[in-house]
Amino acid sequence: MDTSPQISVSGLTMAYGDRVIQQDLTFTVRRGEIFVIMGGSGCGKSTLLRHMIGLKKPRSGTICYNGLDFWQQSPSRKRHIMRNWGILFQGGALWSSMTLAENIAVPLKEYTDLSAGQIRDVIDLKLALVGLAGFQNYYPSELSGGMRKRAGLARAMALDPEILFCDEPTSGLDPVSARRLDQLILELRDSLGATVVVVSHDLASIYTIAGNGLFLDGEAGTMLAAGTPQQMLDAGNLKVGEFLTRGRDIEPLS
Amino acid sequence: MNQPPSYQLLEQDPPQLQLTGNWRFIDGIPAIEELFDQLQQREMTGSLQLRGGNLGAWDSGLLTFLLKLLQWARDHSIFVDCSDLPEGVCRLLHLAGAVPPQPGRRRRRRSDPILTRIGNVTLELHQTWQDALRFIGESVLCSGNLLRGRPRFRFKDLLELLEDCGAQALPIVTLISLLVGMILAFVGAVQLRMFGADIFVADLVGLGMAREMAPMMTAVIMAGRTGAAFAAQLGTMQVNEEIDALITMGIPPMDFLVAPRMLALMTMLPLLCIYSMFMGILGGGLVSAAMLDINLTPFFLRIQENVGLQHFVIGVVKATVFGVIVALSGCLRGLQCGRSAQAVGQAATSAVVTGIVLVVVADAVITILCQVLGV
Repeated sequence: MDTSPQISVSGLTMAYGDRVIQQDLTFTVRRGEIFVIMGGSGCGKSTLLRHMIGLKKPRSGTICYNGLDFWQQSPSRKRHIMRNWGILFQGGALWSSMTLAENIAVPLKEYTDLSAGQIRDVIDLKLALVGLAGFQNYYPSELSGGMRKRAGLARAMALDPEILFCDEPTSGLDPVSARRLDQLILELRDSLGATVVVVSHDLASIYTIAGNGLFLDGEAGTMLAAGTPQQMLDAGNLKVGEFLTRGRDIEPLS
Repeated sequence: MNQPPSYQLLEQDPPQLQLTGNWRFIDGIPAIEELFDQLQQREMTGSLQLRGGNLGAWDSGLLTFLLKLLQWARDHSIFVDCSDLPEGVCRLLHLAGAVPPQPGRRRRRRSDPILTRIGNVTLELHQTWQDALRFIGESVLCSGNLLRGRPRFRFKDLLELLEDCGAQALPIVTLISLLVGMILAFVGAVQLRMFGADIFVADLVGLGMAREMAPMMTAVIMAGRTGAAFAAQLGTMQVNEEIDALITMGIPPMDFLVAPRMLALMTMLPLLCIYSMFMGILGGGLVSAAMLDINLTPFFLRIQENVGLQHFVIGVVKATVFGVIVALSGCLRGLQCGRSAQAVGQAATSAVVTGIVLVVVADAVITILCQVLGV
């Protein structure tokens, strides 16, 4: 299996106005791995994700996809790079005026020449994969939070993306639903071979899915550790250790 | 024990602060400044022991008093021994001090100096103008896609918007237009009757409705009704990250969201304006019939003879321009919306205000142009 670097972030500094959120972030995400961006609330995890998915321009530094510096590309080239992404936003971000089927159809109509029948088949498949078969004509407002997230995942997978970004996929879900979503992400990685970048502070989820990851600290304004959760624990940083063991409350899951 | 709260500074080594009575807000917490004065007069150093043996009931009032005391003691390098206080008080004080305020995180509540505020407002205005110009530029580009017959929105969305901006606005447009026509006729009738020029009411109502009142009132109604709705819809989409989802899929919100709204209002506002003209004239006719004994037939014939088609055309042209303005104001404010419920409300309000102001300005410009061109 190809494990070459797919995303390379180098010297990234993120800021809102004069306030620097994180600086000098350097890390690499390898093809086919599940990379978890972790850290406490308000440390800039979601902000980092927004920079990685092209919603916010970095103050300085580079974000490269397959060696191409995203922010230096022309709009059409950027669009081509983004074509290979699937994004699951925190609340699902389904378009509320459309049914689930219409939501999934939008990227398919935008980027492919599939016929209406083929699009219908893809919609059925994606919804079945996330356990929502039969929900094609439901509106997002008619679904529970967990179902909305799964539907968001189905839309994110519509174009069989190379990279799947998930912003806190398990937040606000009960433990059983959260575990199901984790299993789903693992299965998608294994079956599609997609690279998955997950923002999370859910320990159970981190220990279940994380291959590699990094730990952001809001006070220090930079990353304190990187590697597998065990490597981060072994590095001996007090804050990282406290986070990954919930203040010595629990032992790390194996 | 129903004793009021009090304290006493005891001369011991180390000095002791004896707390007595019920320390609850309801009992009236003593002012701490007096205690600070006493402590300063004694030139306190070292440590201070708190005695809570005679303490009755307590609530957050006691804790606020003690927190201020602890802060003062920290500033004056005095150690405070709280071990004699009830266990609950000790634990809550410990909890309150567990996470010290981070340096630089505390926000100043004080307002900025006047020059700073003027500077900030100027920068904000500059940014607003830049955003508005960029938005207009982008809307021109997306109009190009429309003109080339390559729309990137769903036809179903456009149909729904047409219905919302057109058919569903008919009742309110009917009511307002009838009333405006009646008001025009009523005001005209009172004045013109004095000169025996009753029939000129028809000219007044016809001209007024066709050139000014119908396009203006329809635009104001649509700014309040549809412009605000556009801003709220797009603002809510912003809050729910639905617009982010579009951008990251490479679908420009201008093409997918703004273009159909602009097209819908640009199409429906002139039609509503024509409808409003006739409703206004009908309202004027009814008042003329009731007040001036001018029947509807001569009233309409008079308008037909004296109010030329060009006046109706000018009204429709104005309405088309107003439609674009109202749609763009609503969409601009919606896309600029922040990520909170309050921001959605502000976006809706701002869309209405911007829409109406720009409609009036555009009306003045078109009226002057018509004057210059002699139309």
